[in-house]
Amino acid sequence: MDKERIDQIIDKHNCEPSYLIQVLLDIQAENSWLPGEVLERVAERLQVPMTRIQHIATFYKAFSLVPKGRHQIHVCMGTACHVRGASRVLDTVQGLTGIEPGETDLDLKFSLETVNCLGCCALGPVVEIDGKTHGKMAPALAADVLINYD
Amino acid sequence: MSEILLKIDGQEVTAKQGMTLLDAARSAGISIPTLCHHEKLEPYGACRLCIVEIETRGGTRIVVSCVYPAEKNLIVRTRSEKIDRIRKMILELQMAHAPDSFILQDLAKEYGADRNRFEKEASFCIHCGLCVRYCAEVKKKNAVGFIDRGIRKEISFIPEIASKECWKCKECFPLCPTEALQAAYVLVEALAFPQAST
Repeated sequence: MDKERIDQIIDKHNCEPSYLIQVLLDIQAENSWLPGEVLERVAERLQVPMTRIQHIATFYKAFSLVPKGRHQIHVCMGTACHVRGASRVLDTVQGLTGIEPGETDLDLKFSLETVNCLGCCALGPVVEIDGKTHGKMAPALAADVLINYD
Repeated sequence: MSEILLKIDGQEVTAKQGMTLLDAARSAGISIPTLCHHEKLEPYGACRLCIVEIETRGGTRIVVSCVYPAEKNLIVRTRSEKIDRIRKMILELQMAHAPDSFILQDLAKEYGADRNRFEKEASFCIHCGLCVRYCAEVKKKNAVGFIDRGIRKEISFIPEIASKECWKCKECFPLCPTEALQAAYVLVEALAFPQAST
């Protein structure tokens, strides 16, 4: 991510230190992660100590300090999904992508996370990929869904 | 400045506007144990050891004296069976993290806390925030801060700042009640700027 774009985002928020989280969220949305140099630039422009930025960036799950894949897979592990076999779906997804929850594969294709409820328990087990919900998942269906992403 | 008259442990105490209960008690020579309090720093209310009992509308209430402002005609008790029980529990929980801290051991003796009551989870840091706040508020260097949250929360030095500022300061070292800070510093020194330490 280039310096000009970061400065643009910071200027959009009037260089206000209180907009730190908004600035980080915008960068996160565009870049999908927060590299160290970017955080240093934000600290310099907003005049916010690096310790504060680190605290915030590690506190909220929305921020990532490591590169994320192009597609975010969220496997629901909530009670309803769990009862309907979410752990087997997760196993299959892990096998297909070759990564554990919280990890990203080497060619930055997928990032895998487990979540605790997506709020559509009637569709369980649910897998959400890039914000699109795939309901009534089964281990056998996972491959057909994942093949559509590259 | 208007004066506030209140009663702490049966003793009449005069406090100034804006003083906390802890300030008022200490000015009258009444001691309240604290871990996260430091006179140069803003009140933080992290360790909860300074809890006191106040009387309100017939009942009593437990408040944190380092952040509770002194009020007129307030009746405060700094020791009671209930307070001692809570302080003992707080100490026991903190000793699961830092069992060999001298400050904690002394307090544990006073309150009869058992250092082995809870399973040890030696992270050594009890999150009093003294180092983090001292670096930010007094020294204005922000070399050390908190990262992560909940059970994974820990202190972390910024190597770039620490390598430049810390070797000549180290004023936070004696503040740490558990010496977790010194360990964190030695670790970052060894990892990030080993040539500077020799």
